[in-house]
Amino acid sequence: MQKTAGLIKKRALELLDDGTVTRVLAWSRSEDFIYEVSPTFFDKGNIDKMIYDSFCAANLSKYLIRACKEQTEGKILAVLKPCDTYSFNQLLCEHRIDREKIYVLAVPCTGMIDNDKLKKAGFSGVTKVIDKGDSLDVFTPDGSRSVAKKDVLLEKCLCCKGSEPMAYDEKIETDSKPFETQDRFACVEKLEKMTPDERFAFWQGELSKCIRCNACRNVCPACSCMKCVFDNPGSGVASKANSDSFEEKLFHIIRAFHVAGRCTDCGECSRVCPQGIPLHLLNRKFIKDIDDIYGEYQAGRDPASRAPLVDYRSEDAEPSIVEERGN
Amino acid sequence: MQRIGVFICWCGSNIAATVDVAKVAEEIKKEPGVVYVKDYQYMCSEAGQLLVKNAIKEHKLTGVVICSCSPRMHEATFRKTAKAAGLNPYMLEVANIREQCSWIHKDRKEATEKAIILARAAVAKVSLNTPLQPGESAVTKRALVIGGGIAGIQSALDIADAGYKVDIVEREPTIGGKMAQLDKTFPTLDCAACILTPKMVEAAQHENITLYTYSEVEEVKGFVGNFDVKIRKKARYVDETKCTGCAVCTNKCPSRKAGNEFNCSLDKRGAIYIPFAQAVPNVAVIDTEHCLHFKTGKCGLCQKNCSANAIDFDQKDEIIEEKYGAIVVATGYQISDVTKYDEFQYTEHPDVVTSLELERLMNAAGPTKGVLLRPSNHQHPKDIVFIQCVGSRDTTSRGKCYCSKICCMYTAKHAMLIREKYPDVNVHVFYIDVRTPGKNFDEFYRRAVEQYNVDYIKGMVGKVYENEKGGLTVRAVNLITNERVMIDTDMVVLAAAIEPSAGVKKVASMLTASIDTNNFLTEAHPKLRPVESPTAGVFLSGVCQGPKDIPETVSQAGAAAVKVVGLLAKDKLVTNPCTAEPNELMCNGCSSCEKVCPYGAITYVEKMLNDRGIKETRRVASVNSAVCQGCGACTVACPSGAMDLKGFSNKQIMAEVDAICK
Repeated sequence: MQKTAGLIKKRALELLDDGTVTRVLAWSRSEDFIYEVSPTFFDKGNIDKMIYDSFCAANLSKYLIRACKEQTEGKILAVLKPCDTYSFNQLLCEHRIDREKIYVLAVPCTGMIDNDKLKKAGFSGVTKVIDKGDSLDVFTPDGSRSVAKKDVLLEKCLCCKGSEPMAYDEKIETDSKPFETQDRFACVEKLEKMTPDERFAFWQGELSKCIRCNACRNVCPACSCMKCVFDNPGSGVASKANSDSFEEKLFHIIRAFHVAGRCTDCGECSRVCPQGIPLHLLNRKFIKDIDDIYGEYQAGRDPASRAPLVDYRSEDAEPSIVEERGN
Repeated sequence: MQRIGVFICWCGSNIAATVDVAKVAEEIKKEPGVVYVKDYQYMCSEAGQLLVKNAIKEHKLTGVVICSCSPRMHEATFRKTAKAAGLNPYMLEVANIREQCSWIHKDRKEATEKAIILARAAVAKVSLNTPLQPGESAVTKRALVIGGGIAGIQSALDIADAGYKVDIVEREPTIGGKMAQLDKTFPTLDCAACILTPKMVEAAQHENITLYTYSEVEEVKGFVGNFDVKIRKKARYVDETKCTGCAVCTNKCPSRKAGNEFNCSLDKRGAIYIPFAQAVPNVAVIDTEHCLHFKTGKCGLCQKNCSANAIDFDQKDEIIEEKYGAIVVATGYQISDVTKYDEFQYTEHPDVVTSLELERLMNAAGPTKGVLLRPSNHQHPKDIVFIQCVGSRDTTSRGKCYCSKICCMYTAKHAMLIREKYPDVNVHVFYIDVRTPGKNFDEFYRRAVEQYNVDYIKGMVGKVYENEKGGLTVRAVNLITNERVMIDTDMVVLAAAIEPSAGVKKVASMLTASIDTNNFLTEAHPKLRPVESPTAGVFLSGVCQGPKDIPETVSQAGAAAVKVVGLLAKDKLVTNPCTAEPNELMCNGCSSCEKVCPYGAITYVEKMLNDRGIKETRRVASVNSAVCQGCGACTVACPSGAMDLKGFSNKQIMAEVDAICK
């Protein structure tokens, strides 16, 4: 990972130097905490602050929307992990970003750490982490200890989409081997097996934790509306979502509907939720249903493909499928 | 504040028997903005409409709600009324308290409560209505007829005779359809070919008709008056302009493996063939699946022997693009699959045939030259059993729930013809009911029973099996005597259900015309608009709309033609003002709306916008209101709610929902 970070920085500097790009979108770290990593724009002046390691989970694609508008000349170097490129493609497909203004440097990824899991595993005050393939060596002031990756990686990494980037102008390759991933729909199946009452209770429990900080929406690359319906009094939706204790449910369910078919399952919503609500489950249920009904579809794999929900084919499922599938 | 008048129709007892209209009036009076309420026995009558008109003027109404039947029934009527009283017609809403309320509820209290809620929703909506102005669009004076059977031919001839250009698209190499395969037609027993082929020729020679045979509609865009259609003219590998129909090629062709479709595959045809002697156009076609030249690159006998030099192995499919003002769907029917009826041995025994196969076996141009012979051994049959309703009136999943309508009559015809020609043959007919409602139909059936002694047995056949004598045994129950019946027979004829042609679904989806659960095209109104599809500019002719016989098909074809002519006679059409409109400041330019638009009405433009002081160029949706049909697909696809439908704005719909949930 350290080697990769070096290669990225070297290449970014070269591209800045030769004028290919005017600035770089990557990650930087605060001086206080190792896990406090922020998406940051760099130029020659601060490029030395650029980092890349197992804490760089943030999906940078969405930041390109505004950056593209601001970019008057030259290109932006976007450092994207393989999974970030799905969101990148989806944004391209929705005309939210301008491909001409972006130079994509695809970088390899060996999985990103979930800081909460790290804490739960008993690590506090982490100072350094070394990637050992299937495990990590975690350093704290109390010394170092090895921990299995599957115990501390983000949920989205445990269900990794693969090491191949879907879009790039250039990629940095390393010989890092992919680790074993889980079936991303197993968790949805568990929900499907519940009775409606159990499921309601589950979501009631989860969603009642919501503090409506809007982090999930703000980080979501599919939530890129000029004006969100929840911020638009004219839509009539916002007032509904605030009317009673069901508000959070309404907010999240409407949001899931709005991103249905466009969600790449990047998992950012759950990652940023300060309350630990597994929001990605709502989106994944949609993805699973779309796969089941219309055939497998991965948003962002191919920007030229027609998403099933905005496409019509004569072999499409008939509306009676609603009854056939029940609840 | 709007001044809203609410008019509650009793619809005789249709509404008033179930809904307490006085109570609805009393409750709706309390709604904000409602200044006038009136209930009346028949609001759609002249007197009723006058009530509305007078109230609009007298009470200076700015909005009107009519609580009555479905808006599909009378919305247009009441909009005209409003307009006559000087109100913008789009300031009127209909609350459907009949189809969606009184007809489906029994409990008066509940129905009344629901009627009040529906009225309240309409009041909430009309409060947000704005006056709308319809536009105009031109009409392309040309019609397209999809399907070249008797229905399509008749519609085309009638339209052409009225002076408009018509194109017939037929997917088979010839026009004529199923009727061309029939021997005689009921109830007059005139020969099908004698009455059909002159019409086929007339269609081909008509100066206003263009035939596209061996062609299929590939794409339909646009809307009433302005359809853009792509037609795929499949390669025949024979130059239509050169072929004289001499049939030398069809005789020389060494490939004899293909089933002859015209004879229901009871005999074989060459790989190059003319479907039948009277085919229109009388031009050969190559079936590449069986042609030795296409399979092996050798042969080419047809080409060598064609004196007209018409064979062109390099011919390619051709795409024809044409504009039409109206489209007639006349895609007809096919015989449903009887192979799933194992008990009748259709797949097992060659002497079990469908009625259409029997037509060919009795036709002079058929595989047996019109001599009725058992397919198994070419012997003269002594007994024939007809089984009715094979797949029709069958509520199980393998059959069709509907009556195919033509089988009782054609079976009587077959029975009669056989008894006439071969008096030594015993004919038995197993039926559930004999249905003969039609001019001279019952007389026809009675003739079969009384004059020709056809043995009609009420009862369904349980099983057909091969007996030791090599014949067939039919096991059934006579429902009148309640006895078991066993009949040894030489042939069994199945009156198979008819179903809409395969491919009708594709046609329907291209036309955005709706189909029912049996794939029959839906009419705009079953009684009052039976030849119009709910999609404007699309008309229905023949069995594609529902089972019917030839006389009915021809009348419906004529009716569809009149509707087409009525449309094409107009120079301008009033367009629906309820079209989509984006709020440019909220539009993301994401293309979701463009992708779901079935009319291609949405494009994107780069536009300089001033968003509360921020000036920037954004990619925003732009709706061509002349093309938009107001379906609303874009409004639900838009994630930001930037797309709105005039007359059905998100706000209006939300207000309705709020009123309902209040």
